[in-house]
Parts: sequence; C-alpha cells; structure tokens
Amino acid sequence: MAGYVGHGPTEERDLLRAIGVSCFEDLLVGIPETARQRAPVDIPPGMSEEELRRLFRGLGARNYDPEKVPSFLGAGLYDHLIPAAIRQLTLRSEFYTAYTPYQAEVAQGTLATIYEFQSILCELTGMDVANASVYDGGSAAAEAVLLASSVTGRNRVLVSAALHPHARQVMETYADGPGLDLVTVPLGADGRTDLAALRALIDGSTAGGSAAGGNVAALVLQNPNFFGIVEDAGPLVEATHAAGALAVISADLVSLGLLESPGALGADITVGEAQSCGNPPQYGGPLCGYFAAKKELVRRMPGRLVAEANDQDGHRGFVLTLQTREQHIRRDKATSNICTNNNLMALGVTIYFALLGPEGLRETADQCLQKAHYLEEKLAAIPGVRRVHAGPFFQEFAVELPVPAGPVVARMLRDEGILAGLDLGRIDAGRARQLLVAVTEKRTRAELDRYAEVLTKTLRA
Amino acid sequence: MDNQCEGDILVRKRRKNVPVIFEKDTPGAAGYRLPPMEVPRKDPGTLLPGATRRQVAAHLPAVNEPEVVRHYINLSSLNHHVDKALYPLGSCTMKYNPKINEELSGRPDLAALHPLAPAEACQGMLELLWDFSRELAAVVGMDEISLHPAAGAQGEMLGIKLVRAYHQAKKNAKTTILVPDSAHGTNPATVRLVGYDVEEVASGPDGRLDLDRLRSRIGLHVAGIMVTNPNTVGLFETRFQEMADLIHSVDGLVYMDGANLNALVGLVRPGDIGADIVHINLHKTFSTPHGGGGPGSGPVGVKAALARFLPVPRVVKEGDRFRWIEEAPDSVGRLHPFFGNVGIILRAYAYLRSLGPEGLAEVSRGAIVNANYLAKQVEDDYPASHPGPFLHEFVTSLAWMRKFGVKNIDAAKRLLDDGFHAPTVSFPLIVPDCFMIEPTETESRASLDSFAVSLRNIAEEARSCPEVLATSPHWTPVGRLDEAGAARALKLRWEWPSR
Repeated sequence: MAGYVGHGPTEERDLLRAIGVSCFEDLLVGIPETARQRAPVDIPPGMSEEELRRLFRGLGARNYDPEKVPSFLGAGLYDHLIPAAIRQLTLRSEFYTAYTPYQAEVAQGTLATIYEFQSILCELTGMDVANASVYDGGSAAAEAVLLASSVTGRNRVLVSAALHPHARQVMETYADGPGLDLVTVPLGADGRTDLAALRALIDGSTAGGSAAGGNVAALVLQNPNFFGIVEDAGPLVEATHAAGALAVISADLVSLGLLESPGALGADITVGEAQSCGNPPQYGGPLCGYFAAKKELVRRMPGRLVAEANDQDGHRGFVLTLQTREQHIRRDKATSNICTNNNLMALGVTIYFALLGPEGLRETADQCLQKAHYLEEKLAAIPGVRRVHAGPFFQEFAVELPVPAGPVVARMLRDEGILAGLDLGRIDAGRARQLLVAVTEKRTRAELDRYAEVLTKTLRA
Repeated sequence: MDNQCEGDILVRKRRKNVPVIFEKDTPGAAGYRLPPMEVPRKDPGTLLPGATRRQVAAHLPAVNEPEVVRHYINLSSLNHHVDKALYPLGSCTMKYNPKINEELSGRPDLAALHPLAPAEACQGMLELLWDFSRELAAVVGMDEISLHPAAGAQGEMLGIKLVRAYHQAKKNAKTTILVPDSAHGTNPATVRLVGYDVEEVASGPDGRLDLDRLRSRIGLHVAGIMVTNPNTVGLFETRFQEMADLIHSVDGLVYMDGANLNALVGLVRPGDIGADIVHINLHKTFSTPHGGGGPGSGPVGVKAALARFLPVPRVVKEGDRFRWIEEAPDSVGRLHPFFGNVGIILRAYAYLRSLGPEGLAEVSRGAIVNANYLAKQVEDDYPASHPGPFLHEFVTSLAWMRKFGVKNIDAAKRLLDDGFHAPTVSFPLIVPDCFMIEPTETESRASLDSFAVSLRNIAEEARSCPEVLATSPHWTPVGRLDEAGAARALKLRWEWPSR
C-alpha cells in the first residue's frame, strides 16, 4: 500500500507503544460499538498512479477536446488567452499548499498577492476597496444585495432582466432566508435595461412609503449584460440613487480595458466573475468572484480583506484586517458566513493582469471588440440570420436563426468541431432559435471565417 | 541567549519591505505579447457610444515577464506551506496534497471544458461526477450527494436550507437551530443567513454534548441541530445517536458538520449514526490543496427523504448516457452558477480512487495515531484540555504562560522561528488561551518528534526567558506585524505616487 500515511505498520506499533496503548482499537474507546461501521466502504479498490492516469485519460477522451475545438461559447466564462507563466507560478507549492494567512509573518507571499489583487480590482473597477475574492460571480452578486438590504434597511431589489440567469438564481437562493423581494426590470428592444421601466418600478415601490424610493434597496445591473449588450448605465444608476438605493454593477474585467469603469458610472458595489482572466473554466468551478465597493461600505463587506501593516522596525508587510466582520469572530452577527476565498484563482487573476499590463489589457479588449464585430457582420449576412438586439455590444451578441439553435450547436460541434455558442433556449424557452456567440482575442480570422461558412452550410442542410 | 540576540539583530537588519508588483512598474514594458489582430480594425468610437467608453485607463503596472516571474517566486518564498513542513492547524486538516492529482485535474480535456457545452460532448466529465457522488455517498452513508457547495460554509448554508425546505414542505412551525458552543463560527453565521434563530448549547465538562442540558432545550420550535463530530476538542460525540433520537422526536433534523471527517472515514459513517445531512470538506479530508485560503469544496450528503430538495442542476443517468436536469419542483434552487468546484472534485476523485476502501481506513487510523502520539509527547508541558484518547486533534490551554507575562499567541509566533506553522490559536472558544493541534496522518514520526521538541523548548523559554517569546518571531521575513495599527490606518490598496 503506497498511500500517503506518514508511517507504516511497524512504525505504527512503536507509536502505539509510545502512546501507552496496546493496539489501535484502544484509541477508539470514545466511539460506541453501535456507531462503528460494519463493513469496509463500498468503493472500488485502490489504484497506482499509472492506473489513475489511465482512468482519467479514458474519461477525458469522452469529452470534446478544448485544445482542438475553437470556442464561441461565453455566457460568463470566456476563452481568453492564458499566459504560460501563470500555471507555473500558481503551481508553486508555496502558494497552492499553503492555507489562509492566519500567521502573517510566514504568509507574506499570500498576503502580498491578495493586496495586489485588491489593488488591481480597484484600478479596473474604479472602486475604493475590493476584498480578497469570493466563490464566484453569482454568490458575489447575492452577497451584494444582502449588503445593500442591510445598509438601506429595505428589502426590494430590482434586477435587470439581462443579469446572468444563473447569478439571478443564486441570488434567489440567498435572498430567500432574509426575505428579499426580487423584481425584474425588463429590457428595451435594443437589449438594454429599460430606463422608463426602472423609473416606473421605483415609483411603484414608493407608493405607500414615505421616503423617496420607498423600499428599494438596490438595482443590480450587468455590463456588458448577459446578451453581450453594453448598457447605458449612467442614467440607470442615477435613477437608483435618486430613490436612495444602491447601484450594484456586475462587470466583466476584460471589457474594462475599453468600457467606462463602474466607479465612474456611479456604482456603489461592483461584483463579477474574474475567472477567465488567467484561469481555465474548469467545467464551471472553482471560479473567482470579486467584490468591490465604495469605502463607506468597507466595514460591512463580506469576505477577507488584507491591509498594509508595519513590523516593529517599520518594515512594510501585510495582514488580514477588519476580522470583526467575519464569522470566526462575530459568529451569528457576522456580515456573511463566508470563510474561504477562492485564493488560488485570485492569484491567477493577479498574475494575469501583472503580465498583461495596461497595453496588453487595452489590446486584449480591442481584439475582442473588433473580432466580435467582424464575425457579427459575417453572420448577419447569412440569409435567415439576424441580430436579436440593436444595442452596442462588446465581445458577445445574440443572433436569431431560422431554426432552433440547440440542434445547430450540437451538429456544429459533432461534425465540424466548433463550439458555436449558447443555445438560449436552454435558459428561456421563448428564445429557442437564438444563439449567443462570444468572440475573444484568441480566435483567428480563419476560425471566424470558417464559423460563418459552417453555420451557412449547417442552416442549409 | 547572547548568540540568540546577536543573531536577532542581524536578521532584523536584513529584513526589507515586502515588495509589491506596482513597484516594478516600467512604463512601456509588457509581460505578454498578443497574436496579431488579423481582422480589419474599426474605430471603437464607431462601435461603442461615447458615454460607455472608458475615459481614464486602469493604471496597471507595466512589467516584463522575467520580472513578473521573479517577483512572484520571491513572494512565494515568504510562505510557509505543507510541502515544506508540518502545518498543524486544528480543524483545517493540512495534509499532504498528492502531486498526481494536480496533473490529472489540469488535463485540458477536463480543466478547459466549458460548463455550458452540450452534455453530449462532456460524457466523461458527467460520468466522473456521477461516480464520485455515488462513492462519496458510500463513504458517509448517505443516499444522495450534492456536489454544488463551493466550500464548507456554503455546504452548511445548503444544509440548513434543506432543513428549512423540509419543514416548510411539512408545514412545521420551526424557528430555531441548536448549536453547541464549541462550534465553528460558520455554524451560527449560517443559521442566521438562512433565517433561523441560533440557540447556543453549552458543552459538558468532558468537552462533549451535554445531553441533559440539550434535553431541556428541546421543543417543537427546534428545527434541527448542527453538530461537529468529532468535535473541535478532538473527541467523538459518544452520545450522538441518543442526541439524534432526541432531535428526531420533535421532527427536527440532525446536521453533522463534517469539518473533522478525516478522523472518521472508514470507521464511522454519519448516515449510520442518525445524521440526516452532512457536509464534507474536500479540501480537508480529501487532500485537495488549500490554495492559500481556497478554493475549497463542500459537498453535502443527505438521507433519501431530503433528496427532492437538493439544488439543481443535477446529473442523471439514462442507460449509459448522462445529462443535466435543470429544474426540480421541490429544489431549494441554484447554489452555484454551474455545478460546484469541479476542479477540486477532480482532485478528490483521484484521491479517493487511489485509496480504495483499505487506503481510506488507513487515513483515519493514521490521523488518530499521530494526534495521540503528539499529544503524549508534549503532555507534560501542554496537557490536553479534556481527557483522551483523541481522534484527529487535541486542544491545550496555554493560560499557564500568562504568569510569565506571555500568551498563546507569543508561543505561536515563536513556533514560526523553528520552521513550523502555528496550530489554530484561541479556538475553540470554550478553552481559554488555547492551541488546537491537528498533525494529520501524512506526518512522519520524525516530523512529529521535531515539532514536539520545538513545543517543549518554547515551554521552557516561557518559563526562563519569556521576552524571547514576547518579541518573536525573530527569524521570519518580517517581524510581528501591528494588526491594530493596520486596522486603524486601513490601507487596503496600492496608491500610485501622483505623477
């Protein structure tokens, strides 16, 4: 038995003797006989490393091969380029086999990189403070509305219809306990969140309330939104503030190379999914949610925060701070029950932006924008295909097909090795003919041209 | 002592500020080169309305690749980590993380799969998730597993939401979850988040659940109980089954917090002793790396009666094909944007398959032997808070050091000088000034012995030269950091010098 136990049977005998017992069973006196498991656990027998490798190779071979299949599937997780240095660095034992930096003096590597992550997130989003990361963009959005509700003492949350449907569903799960009332703000025909509808909902929420805005705690907006459309966020944020509510924007980090920062647009809280910046999608997790806010909110933020600190000689180091917000101190009065952060993913994000630098980020965002528009033009020229929304878009857009999108996606993957996008019928039966297409800087012109040819051919078949 | 002091001054002189990447900024430098644009470029002004375009670019540092790599390698060298030495954080189960698991989970045909790709093209992945759920259910003696929770705390949240869904479905009027005072802080925080009241129950003098006290709290208002087993002082809750009967007598549910499951795998199955719900920290018991604070993964196992409430989506098997179902009428809803922390699950699956039933039993056995051996080695200076034998960990109060003018935190810092991580400090709350020590099964006898020597030396230092402890650590990259000052000044981000 190879195993990973630090001692073998002979040594165990010595250890037991040193403990002063004659056999292992003597150590189990606290476990009643009735509680003991009768038979070994019913799982397959153990394996050597090589057998494991064969098992995984076999499982992997029954999936599509992401190294060969160009992906036009985004919907929150985008196929961005990942610089080679990231994996080498995040696989350093010093980073990945360490834990939460409880002893700061031997965790400066982790603490300094969290501080860098917080700083980079503030630069990108235009917010004052950011935490060390949370699980994913969905729980980040959920934590944001819990915070908004607790700050405002109100319980109605207006949610754009173009927030990622999964983030919306996670929010519903979290909002159920505290009794938040989630109300959808519809979209206009251009695919942007409808300002007039937002105003009407705010006015409706005022009825019966004395203060302006009544019981609205927050507006939650995604930018670019789930359909890829760039929102005209300024007026929406303004209307929200006029109601005394907080504006929460879920923002894509790469888009912030070109798009106005949520901070400049007036957001009080910015959240989102940072995974695609330096990390592979991992079939949807672990991800890297981020949470940034205005400094007035810092003492109510969820999750870990790292601050600069000095040692006795004035050398700069870093420590976990404001821990009295957190569950291990505050217990049932904590601002959130979150304990871990998705630190290793956040490290990947930090190194990603360190490598890209300001020029690399601008170029990445520009290539996404340009290549997406190049493809959109080609697809819109295919007979029977048209864009669903007229609004401006960044790297993703929805097209209406003359036939249901599901079989088209399946056929393009099976026969042509192209991951064509998301069949929107999967999230909304009324959109069964719509296909959500994402284009990143990773796509080559040849892949874009081939996509258009293959779609044309598939629709003709 | 004189040598010690001279050495100390030398170390202090050689300490420097911990660097940050922003200080490496060299305008014009770039750490990554993109492929060419290839497509005709249009003026972004024609594609995006003016008000949506960024006015002031994010000020990221410009650094070339060699400098970026050197920076992060240097930062990494400031960390303590499991691959270096013992990391005895109680209740965190800092065991060795097998290397093969990183190789396997990093395979592009697993790690680079998009979660929204057609299930038909991800059959290998779905089969793996299906198999792992079944095997995990067998380990904990439950009927169904949800792999969704991204961490233990989210598993707890799911668990208590399941309790709520169960009572709502039965129209039971329940208000309260009982939580022992030895519980992790996530327990009471979770109960509040889900919308129940917390009622704390004091532990008995033996460190275990006090059943008489518990009985006096039982009533129809009790929705359930959250019990960590083995508990946070390293003891099995001997009367767990009786406790479960008591809770069940008022139609309450028993949530077993599986934070310390490492001591039980192959020995005791939560499902066999009356637990209705259990969460499993894959980053503890199943050896997945802690990543400097996460990601974790906290699957939840339940009895059949609760299965209908589990989150969506769920993987189902039809013949030899697998697919996702997105909706289920009684489900508590969606907990994770996709299917949980699959990248962590891959590692845990590799670990479980490498162990098999015998290997699994060796895990808990090794953990128990190591904890008891270490407790024995240091018992003269660090008597355990409660009588053993222990399971995976033990707790000891360092309150005796106060008469020498030092505290547990000083001893913790001094351990860092010897190249060890400190144990968990000042938790559980029921033992004053404590250390909570969990060596795990992967430590060798030599490693435990050397840690014991270090602990004994520190006890001696506390008695003979406490100032050495009070001013420690002496040999770390930075000295003891002023946390209170940091919380007052609150510098949470880099500020560029004005240009």
